Amino acid sequence: MAETAGNRYEEPTSEVAAASAVADQPDPTTLDKLTTHFGKKVLGTSTRLGEATAIVDAKALVEVMTWLRDEGKFVLLSDLTAHDCHGQEPRFWVIYQLTNIETPERLRIKVGLPEKKPSVESMVPLWPGANFLEREVYDLMGIEFKNHPNLTRIMMPTEWEGHPLRKDYPVVYEPVQFTHNAAEIRARKPLAEK
Amino acid sequence: MGVIENVSRWILGREAPEEELEREHLERLQPKDQLMPTWEEGEEGGKMVLSMGPQHPSTHGVLRLELEMEGERVLKITPDVGYLHTGIEKTFETLRYDQGTALTPRIDYLSPMNNTWCFIMAVEKLLEITPPPRAEYVRVILGELTRINSHLVWLATHALDIGAMSVFLYCFREREMILDIYEMVSGARMMDSYYRAGGLAWDIPPGFIEAVQAILDILPARIDEYESLLTRNPIWMERTQNVGAISAEKALALSATGPALRATGVPWDLRKTMPYSVYEAFDFEIPVGSRGDVYDRYLVRMEEMRQSLRIIEQGIRVIPRGPFRIDNHKIAPPPKEEIYLSMEALIHHFKLWTEGFRVPPGEAYAAIESPRGELGFYVVSDGSAKPCRVHVRGPSFINLQLIGPMSEGGLVADLVAVIASLDPVLGEVDR
Repeated sequence: MAETAGNRYEEPTSEVAAASAVADQPDPTTLDKLTTHFGKKVLGTSTRLGEATAIVDAKALVEVMTWLRDEGKFVLLSDLTAHDCHGQEPRFWVIYQLTNIETPERLRIKVGLPEKKPSVESMVPLWPGANFLEREVYDLMGIEFKNHPNLTRIMMPTEWEGHPLRKDYPVVYEPVQFTHNAAEIRARKPLAEK
Repeated sequence: MGVIENVSRWILGREAPEEELEREHLERLQPKDQLMPTWEEGEEGGKMVLSMGPQHPSTHGVLRLELEMEGERVLKITPDVGYLHTGIEKTFETLRYDQGTALTPRIDYLSPMNNTWCFIMAVEKLLEITPPPRAEYVRVILGELTRINSHLVWLATHALDIGAMSVFLYCFREREMILDIYEMVSGARMMDSYYRAGGLAWDIPPGFIEAVQAILDILPARIDEYESLLTRNPIWMERTQNVGAISAEKALALSATGPALRATGVPWDLRKTMPYSVYEAFDFEIPVGSRGDVYDRYLVRMEEMRQSLRIIEQGIRVIPRGPFRIDNHKIAPPPKEEIYLSMEALIHHFKLWTEGFRVPPGEAYAAIESPRGELGFYVVSDGSAKPCRVHVRGPSFINLQLIGPMSEGGLVADLVAVIASLDPVLGEVDR
């Protein structure tokens, strides 16, 4: 399987294993090309579990992504999401899954963002399909996307406060009330009063 | 009602140009001065804003579209989603990995097994385990049955939206057989949670292969029957051909996948292009369209059902014998008989169902070809028994962006056909 082959660091024992490892893995030269072309703008690369990942400087993101789309032929932006590492710096990671449908291979681009006012350039000018995904990340994670055509909440109601997928946003649980006494219910359900 | 002279011209012939036929038809219906729908000039310059949904029957759930219209023509479409947002991604973070399989079928409730499969694939990737071949083959067979199940509901509702009631009834009749198989293997007709990390929840029951064979015997003729009702039906063709067309470049830029992309002519199917599980061992083809309109999406899905049947037919002949889940009792529970005899098995059983299994830290993205396109699960683990982050790449959600480019400038009646042809499941859109 791809995952076991990708994580094997020793030399593959047979030619068959080598061939399957190459076929299953994203082409390793894409990461090399990226580092040689952009130098220090690419903060780190790794290939783990058969998945190629590059960490990119947020300031150079548009430049790198434009190059990847036009030169690297990653025409499909498969996914865009964010991850909250609460208590760490950088706190937020925005994750892009790119797909080259010709070779075919996948590449993950990650961008770290600070806790205070996390914002990153929008990918909508490059891939219009990023529109909904960025709105979703903005809504649930509170990351601002600069130059987005319509950055509004998409899942939660417009007047909602807070960003539910952040780690410091509690999962609120209210016990079921087995009573018809309104005063009792109000006393136990402070949230319903708001 | 006027009499249509020369019926064959209506059904087969395109001797007369389409515009002429249309004008003739309209003239018969209306006096000449009322041909074009008119709208009084208002503050918006003759435009009307119409809210379609969230309770509109043809929006397939709680989808709301804000339509800016000029007469019957739709100028601008703004999809408004989120009515069914249940915070599934947040809930994943509060549940253990083994409990997560109870949530996954609820994302896309028309193809429940596929969701669980994809989530399990991401978890198995992080655990660096491979399920035994028997489990993989059963997963493929049930995955393809799920595709047919989902496509049958799509066809039923698509036809119903355009006014073909009987197809709806036929499709649900056949879907029952697939739901019976769900019930047979998992005990539940929809929310199955049958796929588990490291294999399956339990082995396939006796009679499973015969039940699948019964579907294989019946369904090809039934699919021909649906096609005989629709494919060459002039009303169906009139309502779907050259409606909601989109180019391959535009679809790719909008991250479209699945039949919506394949109908434009791009042969992108993860089962073939990035094979997962044991799909490499199967012989099947990927249907693609050329014009990317509603009719092409219809044809692609119809052919996909036949190809799925081919895969199932090959699958049930070669289901390997052997274990149905891995032998690692840190991840998969030990067999029930062992618990009575072995202390270790009892401890493993107890620890597994109280604490779950721990997953090494890391991140993984797994994607499968769901009936609607690329379904992806991005799972981040921090080394504990609960995921740190689970993101679902819902193909319905992303394909919903195609509605604008597909039907802006068209008629509002065509919009109904376009929505049905995208086959969105709102549980997956809103999650």
